[in-house]
Amino acid sequence: MNISKIANLKFFYTKTEKIISFLSILTLFLFIAGIYWGLFVAPEDYLQGNSYRIMYIHVPAAWLSLQTYIFMAIAGFIALVWKIKIMEIASVQSASIGAFFTIIALVTGMIWGKPTWGTYWVWDARLTSELILLFLYIGVIVLYASFSDKRQAVKITSLLAIIGLVNIPIIHYSVEWWNTLHQGPTVTKFDKPSAHISMLLPLLYMFLVFNLYFITVIMKRIRLGIYMRERNSKWMKEYTND
Amino acid sequence: MIKLTKTSKKRIVKICIFFFAFSSFSALLIYAFSKNSVYFYTPTQIINKEAPVEKYIRIGGMVKKKSFKRKDNSLKVSFIIHDLDKSISVNYEGILPDLFAEGQGVVMTGRLINFNTFVADEVLAKHDENYMPPEVADMMKKKEDLKEKNDK
Repeated sequence: MNISKIANLKFFYTKTEKIISFLSILTLFLFIAGIYWGLFVAPEDYLQGNSYRIMYIHVPAAWLSLQTYIFMAIAGFIALVWKIKIMEIASVQSASIGAFFTIIALVTGMIWGKPTWGTYWVWDARLTSELILLFLYIGVIVLYASFSDKRQAVKITSLLAIIGLVNIPIIHYSVEWWNTLHQGPTVTKFDKPSAHISMLLPLLYMFLVFNLYFITVIMKRIRLGIYMRERNSKWMKEYTND
Repeated sequence: MIKLTKTSKKRIVKICIFFFAFSSFSALLIYAFSKNSVYFYTPTQIINKEAPVEKYIRIGGMVKKKSFKRKDNSLKVSFIIHDLDKSISVNYEGILPDLFAEGQGVVMTGRLINFNTFVADEVLAKHDENYMPPEVADMMKKKEDLKEKNDK
């Protein structure tokens, strides 16, 4: 199987349906197992007690919000340079998934922040740059919706996605460059992770589950994008009538 | 299908120029901002007189062990915060967050009366990046205590 075959819209649309339903069920089960692991099996924290457990949602969601953005920008770049249709669709469709991850990260962070820090929100560098990430995602969604010529729209949104890449290292390094209320990285640093192994493993596991969720949903959304673009074509009418 | 033709090369160059122009623009902006907009000052910066007196600012540091005092029958508390070597005394009246404890990090809003005393309006607990089960924490504490004893 070569790239040009997968990039073919008809091929992707007709061949991925079964894979997606399999992935959806798999993700759901793995997610439930992960939640059980994080909420019941993992030990209490010596300082925070049970409230730290929100990190099993918060941290993977925050990581995925960055990862999805990088995906969106790279897909946008390929779409801009080589005009590959499926990449145009992938770039635009990943925006709402990324916005979803960002909102999850922000909201769970606020819920955790109130009892731990004593406040829901502070304007420190980490929280502010993550909020800007949400606005970038919303910008891509709104820009795309406001154009009637969708191929033209993708050019603009891809460019916005690429420019916004500047924000990604800022979010990641904000806790090191500035004095922030948000703590430094626990896992993604050169030193050994500063979480105990019994708490770290479910976190890494949840990260993998969130990745699987992303793969499932982006495939689903790409199919949706293909349908929206090709709904008047002959092959789509034939396929959906079957 | 992904081939480097003349047109695609041109597009790559254009996008790259655009991106680098924008990122250097934002890098300069951030550099300019980070010089005079800090989220909080550290005790060392205050002792070195880098923070303004009688202005609304934030300071952050660790609560010094055995420095916490509460006035009887009131919410008035005082404690000392320090970073590595410098320390500042703090007065505060109000409710403290759950995680507030001696040895923990805090970030406070308020103003400096002089370069040694800070009056806080709001105290937030700063959490560190360490997570461990209570048993492990106990063991580590025992080890530390043993080390302290041996040092003495």
